[in-house]
Amino acid sequence: MLNPVPAQPPAPPLLSVQGLDVTYETGAQGFWGRPKAFKALEDISFDLHPGETLGLVGESGSGKTTTGRAVLRRITASAGKIVFQGKDITHTKGEALRKLRRNMQLVFQDPYASLNPRMRVIDLVAEPLLVHGLIRHVDEARDRITELLRIVGLPADAHDRFPHAFSGGQRQRIGIARALALQPEFIVADEPVSALDVSVRAQVVNLMQDLQRELGLSYLFIAHDLSVVRHISHRVAILYAGRMVEIADRDDLYDHPIHPYTEALLSAVPVPDPRTQRQRKRIVYGGEIPDLVNPPAGCRFSTRCPLATEQCHKEAPKLSERSAGHLVACWNR
Amino acid sequence: MAIPMPVTTPVATARNAAQRPTLLSRLDEFGRELWQDKLGTLGFAVIVALLLMAILAPLLAPYDPAAQSVISRLKPPAWLPKGSWEHILGTDHLGRDVLSRVIYGARASLLVGVLVVLFAGSFGVVLGLWAGFRGGRTDSIIMRIVDVQVAFPGLLLILLVISVIGPSMATMIIVLVVTNWMVYARVVRGIVLSVRQTPYVEAAEMIGCKTSRVIFRHILPNLTSPLLTLGILEFTNIVLAEAALSFLGLGVQPPATSWGLDVANGRDYIFVAWWLITFPGLSIATTVLAVNLFASWVRVTTDPQEREKRFAYQRAKLAARRARRSPQAQSSEAKSQGGRS
Repeated sequence: MLNPVPAQPPAPPLLSVQGLDVTYETGAQGFWGRPKAFKALEDISFDLHPGETLGLVGESGSGKTTTGRAVLRRITASAGKIVFQGKDITHTKGEALRKLRRNMQLVFQDPYASLNPRMRVIDLVAEPLLVHGLIRHVDEARDRITELLRIVGLPADAHDRFPHAFSGGQRQRIGIARALALQPEFIVADEPVSALDVSVRAQVVNLMQDLQRELGLSYLFIAHDLSVVRHISHRVAILYAGRMVEIADRDDLYDHPIHPYTEALLSAVPVPDPRTQRQRKRIVYGGEIPDLVNPPAGCRFSTRCPLATEQCHKEAPKLSERSAGHLVACWNR
Repeated sequence: MAIPMPVTTPVATARNAAQRPTLLSRLDEFGRELWQDKLGTLGFAVIVALLLMAILAPLLAPYDPAAQSVISRLKPPAWLPKGSWEHILGTDHLGRDVLSRVIYGARASLLVGVLVVLFAGSFGVVLGLWAGFRGGRTDSIIMRIVDVQVAFPGLLLILLVISVIGPSMATMIIVLVVTNWMVYARVVRGIVLSVRQTPYVEAAEMIGCKTSRVIFRHILPNLTSPLLTLGILEFTNIVLAEAALSFLGLGVQPPATSWGLDVANGRDYIFVAWWLITFPGLSIATTVLAVNLFASWVRVTTDPQEREKRFAYQRAKLAARRARRSPQAQSSEAKSQGGRS
């Protein structure tokens, strides 16, 4: 079941993102050429409270991963503000940024590629402790690592084995143990289960929920699997072509979607009952996600939206609050 | 989630038993593991023997390698008609003992080969790592320097430098390093560019590894096998380059000698006295082969997955041997029992 969020506001948010823009530069023309720029993210704002999970959903290229990386300061924001634990970290650099890693960690999408094949499990999991000077030698952390491995459900003899000896689910557990080693408060999970077998997915998602309950973690949970997001998230944000189109409490969003894109997205989730499934109508809009190098003026969904009006093509709608905590960016709904 | 347990390596268990291995136990571990690979052991033994031969040359060589004797010119090796056991591998056109020259020649050849590969390798690898890791302008500039250096004829540069400074062992080594580092930089840069994009390198940065740790702990180990291969190929190249320089009178100065120099000198007598180029040539070939065999073992040993496969294979072989032995034992037992009853 969903973990209760301890101490909702007025407690200050753990993470607050305000008007975040990320601009990518594409291939410069020649040695002296000026690079072209495109906005991968535009005006993204959200708060994340301690012990909360925010699901981030969108199709490929919508900027989910970019959001996660920007929040972790792996990608530099071109505008906006990222406030973490009350401190503005938008421009933190060098050693201070390295120290910051102690409190924010990343769980990767691909458990096969995110573990160095030449390192033993104990070296992998103890590395964060080592590089932050908490231990001087890996052997000092042996007991701690044993405990961590137990927490994430790995056999105790996993220490001296190499990643190739483990299955995908087990590798993802190693990745989670590594992220937990520093006892961070905030974890970005970048599609942590999309590379796993369906049978293993539930185990890993449940593990993440258990860890949240025990350790009070906050997750930014990036996924394209809507059922997984529904299972784990307290709130859900929908991205489309680099902009946030809707953000709301989970049940509110899944039961009463407002934005036409959200509607279409949710209609794609199969229902585990053949009769209901047959009666449902799948909403399909033609067209492709717009090219971000030359984005459409106005609302980015306007090229595919059935409700698009003159205004939609000219002016981009801002997120506005429709009911408590339910924000939508649409002129017509 | 029951998965088959992988073979626990003896090495891993040994590591469990003693937390910090001592030097002696490490040597023991090295010996045991090397022994599993007979060819690797052979290569290692030959390398050690060659090194000892080079170091102990004055004790091993029957003659002074530079001593000439006009009476015994171009004597064939001992097992041929006209050969004598005084000169086991025969003599050259100045009556110098080929065996002694091969033994002494190991000194210059091995020294130049190893040092040049080591220095040029380190320099090229560091620049390649830097270029590949930083990318952008740094990369462009370093790689353009490499291009210029590659385009410039190496021999010309060498001739120029040596004629100005004068030939000596040190000059030769430095000059060969300067003209041979580029290939390492290119290879390394290419690999770094691809390894840099892998999620585990990003993971290393995400957990807060410093740049130096990312490069040396996470990227460099992935370069072991291509670098070993490249280094060995380059070693032969360098031995031959040294020969060319010595032949031109810019490298090893007579009375000193090297394998390459002897091969080059013996060229004129190839139809009259084949042994002049054969034995130094065989020495070069043996060295390269030995280094190759040993390097192949090193490559497998530094790759955890390959290494576990090797342990598994050894185990399977042992088990098969035991299984083959035991039915025989049983049948002989049965026979003896049958005879008794």
